[in-house]
Amino acid sequence: MSLLAIENLTVALPKGLDRPNAIEGVSLTLDKGEILCVVGESGSGKSITAASVMGLLPPALRISGGRIVLEGADLLALAPEQWRDLRGRRLGMIFQEPMTALNPIMRVGEQIEEVLRVHGEGDRRARAARVGELIEAVGLPDPAHIRSAYPFRLSGGQRQRVMIAMALALEPAVLIADEPTTALDVTTQMQILQLIRSIQRARGMGVLFITHDFGVVAEIADRIAVMQHGRIVETGRAADILDRPQHDYTKSLIAAVPHLVANAMATEGAAGEPVFSATGVRKSYWRRGSWLRRSTRVDAVRDADFILHKGETLGLVGESGSGKSTLARCAVRLIDPEAGAIVYRGEDLAPLSRRALRPYRKRIQMIFQDPFASLNPRKKVGEIVAEGPITHGEGRAAATARARDLLRLVGLDPSAMERYPHEFSGGQRQRIGIARALALEPEILVADEPVSALDVSVQAQVLDLLADIRRRLGLTMLFITHDLRVAAQICDSVAVMKDGAIVEYGRTAQVFSAPAHAYTRALIDAIPGKNWRPPAPV
Amino acid sequence: MEPAALARFVFGRIAKAALVVLAIVVLNFVLIRLAPGDPASVIAGQSGAADPQFMEQLRRQFGLDRPLPEQLWIYVSRIVMLDLGVSHRQQRAVVDLLAERLPATLLLTGAAFVFAISMGILLGTLAARRVGTLADTLITILALACYATPLFWVGLMLVLLFSVLLDWLPAFGMTSVGANLTGFAVIVDIGRHLVLPALTLGLFYLAIYARLTRASMLEVADQDFVKTARAKGVPEGRILRAHVLRNALLPVITFAGIQAGQLIGGSILVETVFAWPGIGRLAFDALLARDYNLLLGVFFCTSVMVVAFNIVTDLLYALIDPRIEVAS
Amino acid sequence: MRDFARRFARNVGAVFGLVLLLAVLALALLAPVLFPVDPWQMAGVPFAPPLEDGFLLGTDSLGRDVAAGIAHGAHISLLVGLVSTVAAIAIGVTLGAVAGYAGGRIDDAIMRFTEFFQTIPSFVFAIVLVAIFTPSISSIIAAIAIVSWPPVTRVVRGEFLSLRSREFVQAAIVLGQSTPRIIFGQILPNALSPIIVLGSLMVASAILLESALSFLGLGDPNVMSWGFMIGAGRSVIRLAWWMSVFPGVAIFLTVLALNLVGEGLSDALNPRLARRRG
Repeated sequence: MSLLAIENLTVALPKGLDRPNAIEGVSLTLDKGEILCVVGESGSGKSITAASVMGLLPPALRISGGRIVLEGADLLALAPEQWRDLRGRRLGMIFQEPMTALNPIMRVGEQIEEVLRVHGEGDRRARAARVGELIEAVGLPDPAHIRSAYPFRLSGGQRQRVMIAMALALEPAVLIADEPTTALDVTTQMQILQLIRSIQRARGMGVLFITHDFGVVAEIADRIAVMQHGRIVETGRAADILDRPQHDYTKSLIAAVPHLVANAMATEGAAGEPVFSATGVRKSYWRRGSWLRRSTRVDAVRDADFILHKGETLGLVGESGSGKSTLARCAVRLIDPEAGAIVYRGEDLAPLSRRALRPYRKRIQMIFQDPFASLNPRKKVGEIVAEGPITHGEGRAAATARARDLLRLVGLDPSAMERYPHEFSGGQRQRIGIARALALEPEILVADEPVSALDVSVQAQVLDLLADIRRRLGLTMLFITHDLRVAAQICDSVAVMKDGAIVEYGRTAQVFSAPAHAYTRALIDAIPGKNWRPPAPV
Repeated sequence: MEPAALARFVFGRIAKAALVVLAIVVLNFVLIRLAPGDPASVIAGQSGAADPQFMEQLRRQFGLDRPLPEQLWIYVSRIVMLDLGVSHRQQRAVVDLLAERLPATLLLTGAAFVFAISMGILLGTLAARRVGTLADTLITILALACYATPLFWVGLMLVLLFSVLLDWLPAFGMTSVGANLTGFAVIVDIGRHLVLPALTLGLFYLAIYARLTRASMLEVADQDFVKTARAKGVPEGRILRAHVLRNALLPVITFAGIQAGQLIGGSILVETVFAWPGIGRLAFDALLARDYNLLLGVFFCTSVMVVAFNIVTDLLYALIDPRIEVAS
Repeated sequence: MRDFARRFARNVGAVFGLVLLLAVLALALLAPVLFPVDPWQMAGVPFAPPLEDGFLLGTDSLGRDVAAGIAHGAHISLLVGLVSTVAAIAIGVTLGAVAGYAGGRIDDAIMRFTEFFQTIPSFVFAIVLVAIFTPSISSIIAAIAIVSWPPVTRVVRGEFLSLRSREFVQAAIVLGQSTPRIIFGQILPNALSPIIVLGSLMVASAILLESALSFLGLGDPNVMSWGFMIGAGRSVIRLAWWMSVFPGVAIFLTVLALNLVGEGLSDALNPRLARRRG
């Protein structure tokens, strides 16, 4: 008998949506001591499946068929009170967003203790001792201090450890992890994955692990279930699915994962003349103090140098807070650097006034991360794309005609001109953003995490589009990303940033095969599933 | 919060409050200068017809013939010494008049505030728990109605109903005239007089707090940490008390602090309707008599009350919300 | 736009409020036709109860027609409410936009200033202003505007602050657009819905404020207003309840209508929020 069996589960959506069911006929089993990864893109129903098992579906959704059997008992037949008692006791869960998943005004120790308390476990003293054990078990430093701290004092990784401690408090049989590392930096992600794995091994738990990331799957899964549009399309042992996927959808997903093999075209690209450079760029912020507390200075970028050659793509990689976005924004003068030069074809842009900068704006354009925030919701797509040329004095008719051509170039139908951004999907919006940047016929394109908000298959399409445009228009690109797989795939050179400084800078192939700096090595080691070589698409 | 941090916090707030009070004094001065006609006549509380000799004396006293900065300095230093001048109509020091009336106003606004915030939070919580049901709809409609009714009119209607028609409660004043009560009977008598004014003043704010609590509860109930609590197997009742309500009350407290000034302003209307012998009634008398110096004294006094109340709410907030140390 | 109208129309309260508001507006416009006699003129015997002597809502202590007073009073209520709100929004949007867009020290200074005005008890301040500058329609409007702008500043500043860091605004900067063009073309259109909603609610509170001022005797002495009528009826409430009841009902209905419309606008402009509100 399986530990957990989901049989033919269907969850109905409210009427009037694009499909009748959120998930349909989902059947899964989870055994003691195994990690089952449920993989899928957004909207595939993987999180709904997890929420169904916990009995935590949003009120608008309703289980309309099937069974969920935990240790022989059908959860759907239980009284709500019985199911509630199983949560925390036999079923533990951790969530995606560690920053919001803890009560902000309750001490960490109290929140862990609450699990024990509401299930009537132990007296006050026994509970306190158990909380101490748990904090230690999840590898949090200084347990005495942590237990009396409030969540806002903890980092994302630490909060996720607290979540894990809470989920483990009563040694549940099943742990459900819903994208538990998606919001974390890559090195922290690896630590949390290892923690989950070691605890699961030690206690023989079954783990239902929800993720969109095949790298993570390769790192942690024993078995895999792939979901698409609310259905399971393929299940099997991890090695089988990762190396020999059967279903077309699984194949396409795996093919979309960027390979960790450094860019093959790297050598030919870099021969051009230098066109753009940053020298000694520095930017710091004042973190504001209060009445009697001194303000502190935070160096966001410290003496950063890089050179872009004609036709080259330089990747700026690093974790959150490394200063890579600040440096990119300095390069386009969205932020004024305190010191250093930003040189475009012999002209230092850093000291120029906004007015004097205007002619250069056309030459250097930017693509943004969030496809939902980067387009003005009150303007039609045609206006958005034509805006740049009109700003620079081009006639409306000519600019509109160009906008039409550009939309075609980025793979959108010209009818998009008359529609508003909210009518498009994330990938389509990113295409619109690219068209907007191209409308000014720039020579340099700065792309700030342009694909990190997109599903993996859409991500692959947008990356292909960028590569294609770059080749066709001879663009030079500064590409900011936290994802080393993406960097390896499309960059000719990479600069690795940590705490505001560039710690390593070199040809992509060289950096990946023989990293010189310890931090670069740590980053590369933390790439999930780095030992997995996705099969070449047939 | 650590005791040292708390002390620092309180000190910072008081320092800030002192600046605000100073700014209010300056504003008072600006108002006197901006008023049409002779500033001395504003201080004297009469226009035109005053005794020229008396006016000359006032002018000298306030240095009105000196340059503006010096006038301001004289004015500010007088008020810092708690010298708010004299009400020439009543022939008494403004400070004495205010001190005499302050307790009645504090009693009225305090009672109204406690009533409004406790009932508001209660009804708001009830509505949020039963969202979409009849109870929720009724509470929402009640709140909307209270919100749209002029304070003074509610007062009159309550008088009409409970005093004129039903004869249950007294309509005017704070004590029964000529009753010669002693001991506990006095408290009961004042209490009976307090019911209608406090209810009148409180209803409007009750509506605000109820709506705010409801919205805030619904918003917090949607947050991730509530889902976490459910995943831990915490029973719904405890989720509501320990997780939702505590977080939802934070914006209510903030808002109550901001609204304090409105509450005290409202007391002018209520005291006028119920002849309650507080500062508001004093303001109304000052209005009738065109006694501007007294009116400015009331303005200053109520502003200081608001500033003091803001310190209290800030402190309360800091005690509840651990994040305040970093935010402030 | 059509979406917006449909969402608004689905809200029963909002539609009711709109109808009510239009009725008050019609009353204000038609007052000279319906009640051609000056509302200050004695029209019948004093203290005539409603429906007697041909007076729908009775007469007051000087024999003036209460119904005529209410009809003529609608005009001043709406006028004061509307004009003072427009003025307050003009002040609030300007300060809020500058604070939110400029940030830094300018933002700090403007917000200190705004907080200060929010600390002052607004009703007392309004009384002081009207009393010192002598009661008239313009001093009442100015006083209400002066005490009502701080919330607008806060809201607009918040909107500008968050919109300013949004990527579409950064994109406009990178495209080389000028600052005024970014403020008026990119940010302001996106900040408009909360301003509209706030505006409709502010008209309501301005009407309440005006009625309170004229209740205290700080109304324009030449203009009939609802607050004045209630104030006049206060001392004779045992004798003539209708003198204070009906003008109060008029204020209540008008303010209620504006609040309902405001909420309807809010829900229709932010469908996401409306759903969450349940």
